[in-house]
Amino acid sequence: MARAVTNNRKMINTAAAWCIGLLIFFPILWTILTSFKTEAVAISDPPVFLFFDWTMENYSVVQERSNYGRFLWNSIFIAGGSTLLGIIVAVPAAWSMAFVPSKRTKDILLWMLSTKMLPAVGVLYPIYLLFIKFGLLDSILGLTIVLMLINLPIIVWMLYTYFREIPGEILEAARMDGASLKSEILYVLTPMAIPGIASTLLLNFILAWNEAFWTLNLTAAKAAPLTAFIASYSSPEGLFYAKLSAASTMAILPILILGWFSQKQLVRGLTFGAVK
Amino acid sequence: MATQNSRSAARFMMAPAVILLLGWMLVPLTMTLWFSFRKYLPLRGGDMGWVGFDNYVRFVSSSSFWPSVQTTLIIVGGVLVITVVFGILLALLLDQPMWGQGIVRILVIAPFFVMPTVSALVWKNIFMDPVNGLFAHLWKFFGATPIEWLSQASIQSIIMIVSWQWLPFATLILLTAVQSLDGDQLEASEMDGAKPLQRFGYIILPHLSRAITIVVLIQTIFLLSIFAEIFVTTGGAFGTKTLTYLIFQRVLESQNIGLGSAGGIYAVILANIVAIFLMRIVGKNLDA
Repeated sequence: MARAVTNNRKMINTAAAWCIGLLIFFPILWTILTSFKTEAVAISDPPVFLFFDWTMENYSVVQERSNYGRFLWNSIFIAGGSTLLGIIVAVPAAWSMAFVPSKRTKDILLWMLSTKMLPAVGVLYPIYLLFIKFGLLDSILGLTIVLMLINLPIIVWMLYTYFREIPGEILEAARMDGASLKSEILYVLTPMAIPGIASTLLLNFILAWNEAFWTLNLTAAKAAPLTAFIASYSSPEGLFYAKLSAASTMAILPILILGWFSQKQLVRGLTFGAVK
Repeated sequence: MATQNSRSAARFMMAPAVILLLGWMLVPLTMTLWFSFRKYLPLRGGDMGWVGFDNYVRFVSSSSFWPSVQTTLIIVGGVLVITVVFGILLALLLDQPMWGQGIVRILVIAPFFVMPTVSALVWKNIFMDPVNGLFAHLWKFFGATPIEWLSQASIQSIIMIVSWQWLPFATLILLTAVQSLDGDQLEASEMDGAKPLQRFGYIILPHLSRAITIVVLIQTIFLLSIFAEIFVTTGGAFGTKTLTYLIFQRVLESQNIGLGSAGGIYAVILANIVAIFLMRIVGKNLDA
């Protein structure tokens, strides 16, 4: 609904929007800035904004002291693994629902969505118990499976909405030309589906990366990802702002960058296609 | 176009996802239901048999139940009001022509990608700490006594943290809806002499109503189960114990599985009530 406006109006809009945008972004900006300060500067009163001696020391200290690398790998493995597994399971399901819909397709989709709404805390103990029984507690495999399951409905939904936009006529044409089901999938559908699959991958990687119920409750030391690593900083004793900021920056920066690429998919993925 | 052959192939392809989700839903839920009818204290005597609806009654009649319901409602309600109202304003602003729109959008969306434990910890320490926090500096600068945010204004603080995380989501969805608004309609109303407030009330708001409903429903489902924000900041102290947190404490901290499971079933029922409304809207959209 953008309409032509005077330059004056545009200037006011710009100023207002930038002020609000910077205000909302400020906590992140401040965290990043603080990560480059010394501990003394970090808590100095009045606070120092930009003009301090920038140091990389916090980053190296955090890395040495807390084995940051291991948590990072755990996060990458768990988020990446659960997303990939989810895609492998969801692609055939979404494909068949989009191209061979039956009377029950809609019910199945809605039912899948309903599993996503199950409050995690309601099944905390059973999962905990099952994890102990199968030796999955504090293991990357266990967490990967759980995160795959909680994100599976979103993955199926996103893929379904993308697949549905692929025109069915193309498939029919391919079939007329004698393409088998296999080559139909391989040569016709896959190239058209890749953008949708990529967006789904991206958004679900982000969701899995930031998941903070199961990752906090089902890990201890070995398989803890970054969410748990950061939570371990919450003890008030011996808290250091600059180091906390450095650890936080390292935990959020990769996902912040990925996230900015996934803006559009975010709306689609989290509203289950209800808002496009 | 679907043949018998492709139908059975379709069923076969759907099977893994359906079976996995069915298992994920049924197995733990059945276990929770089972435990909820038993007196089960793993550290103090183990499983001590059936107690009927005892756990359900005890969970509701415990002194922390109603306060937790109240806390949950205040937090969910507070965050919803803040994110929807500011989300609409922000969406309308971001829709206006301006310089650097893309960058502003990026700035506004950023908090959504910050993991909950990070945002909770950063807000708790770097901003809300009564001694070294940025707010404390600000208050002192104006000669006021710094507030101990997370103990004196604990619920408000948590509402603020969670709103910061969810405002981007509301804004983004409402912005998508605003952008689909018909510009001609607005222009026509303007020529007919409609004031900005009238245009907002009669054209923009009705157009946004569906998006607002969706934002409210989806956020409610996520907000009912916020966990890390409370776990990291107050640990449920200072009146910030939500229903989710209460159940978590019953199950993992006091290891009263029966009681916690009964609470879990309550939470499932509560979430389902919200979910039914959401599903109806989403379902309608599927037919279209």
